[in-house]
Amino acid sequence: MTTPMIKFEDVTKRYGDLTVLDSLNLEVAPYEKVAIIGPSGSGKTTVLRMLMTLERIDGGVIYVDGEPLTHMRKNGSLVPADRRYLRRMRGNIGMVFQHFNLFPHMTSLKNCMEAPIHVLGLSKREAEERAAELLDMVGLADKMDHYPSQLSGGQRQRVAIARALAMRPKVMLFDEVTSALDPELVGEVLNVIRKLGEQHNLTMLMVTHQMGFAKEFADRVCFFYDGNIAEQGKPEVIFSDPKEERTRQFLSAVLEAS
Amino acid sequence: MQLRQLAVCAIVFFTAGLVVSSFAGFREFIPGLLEGAWVTVQITAGGAILAVAMALFAAMARMYGPAPLRWLAVAYIEVFRGTSALVQLFWLFFVLPHFGITLEPITVAVTALGLNIGAYGAEVVRGAVNAVPRGQWEATIALNMPRHLALRRIILPQAFLAMIPPWGNLFIELLKATALVSLITISDLTFRAQQMNQTTFRTVEIFTIVLIMYLAISILITVGMRTLERYASRGIARRG
Repeated sequence: MTTPMIKFEDVTKRYGDLTVLDSLNLEVAPYEKVAIIGPSGSGKTTVLRMLMTLERIDGGVIYVDGEPLTHMRKNGSLVPADRRYLRRMRGNIGMVFQHFNLFPHMTSLKNCMEAPIHVLGLSKREAEERAAELLDMVGLADKMDHYPSQLSGGQRQRVAIARALAMRPKVMLFDEVTSALDPELVGEVLNVIRKLGEQHNLTMLMVTHQMGFAKEFADRVCFFYDGNIAEQGKPEVIFSDPKEERTRQFLSAVLEAS
Repeated sequence: MQLRQLAVCAIVFFTAGLVVSSFAGFREFIPGLLEGAWVTVQITAGGAILAVAMALFAAMARMYGPAPLRWLAVAYIEVFRGTSALVQLFWLFFVLPHFGITLEPITVAVTALGLNIGAYGAEVVRGAVNAVPRGQWEATIALNMPRHLALRRIILPQAFLAMIPPWGNLFIELLKATALVSLITISDLTFRAQQMNQTTFRTVEIFTIVLIMYLAISILITVGMRTLERYASRGIARRG
């Protein structure tokens, strides 16, 4: 059996008294595409944020490509990782946010060049080539010199995807990337993600409310409920023949709304 | 925006010129007062540079420094904000020599005023950095940027824009506070005015010119800061 690209081992996350993730166990194989669905407050976004090290872990261990993410091995036991180790591990992961979080004082091209130059140590020319190629891939070759404020939401999100890809991560996290978009702009972003799935060797985790897209795109769907996975499986099974009553309720509520 | 300011400048200078030329008696004071104004401008400029440097350093130390540095920054901010600038000037000028440290009056002026305004500025910097949306920090983490790089390249440039208007206020405060240095033997604009007043008793002419000169300098600061603001907001404020 191959090493899973991502492995959550009894991972717990609390905010004060509120337990957001309750001993979560989850494995994602290399190049697998996993859609995470579930009602709000079920902990699905927290899964991504912990992988991106934006949240501290209160219990358990996350492994990325076989190595602990926020811990390091010292004399045979796991201790909290220092900054250098964390930065090395983080290099495996890229994330796209619901609200894009582009740098407003930089053009699309500069947004995609900044980290490759200053973090990966690419030359300006290499970084520019890479950024231009990726912006072209997301269909924004003609918007490279535009600032984020001059772009539509869909275009901004595509820049954000290019920016994350410029770091050449092994794992891409998509956190409700179409939720802040006007309905007519959702398609262009999903098309880019679809293209990524076909052309790049990436492991992808996405939190989404686009059930149609999840069904067509994902290899597996995880239904989160109350801080844990209530049900998971192939999308055709989850969407047409869910075993759990909670899954059925959630899906019928979502379908009714759309 | 800039046109209107230029118009204000023009009106002020025109009125000043009119007043000066219609009262020939004004003219004899102008060269001496201009010399004083030049000293005032130099102290303002020196103090401003020191204030910005101290503010940035103290704000960064307070927000991201290790504990001892953080305490030091808090102490600096509280002491220099919480005591009068005049007392700070006197302290550096009259008290330090008792400890064997004697500074040039101009050094005392720039240091005391720079540190004083810098303490206010530190809070301006802190507020502006905190006002940058959290998502920007999260994006830098997702792009694996170390904190100092994120601050320098992403957070501070955005905070910079929000800092400009309050810094404009502080620079004008600084300009006005320079009048205090006349009390430690520096012949700035206010000192010159008092000196001339004592020998000639032409109070109306002298202090009218002084008023206009301070106003002119402060308008120059305002125009400068507006220009800087417009330059810094290109891209960010642009809506396509």
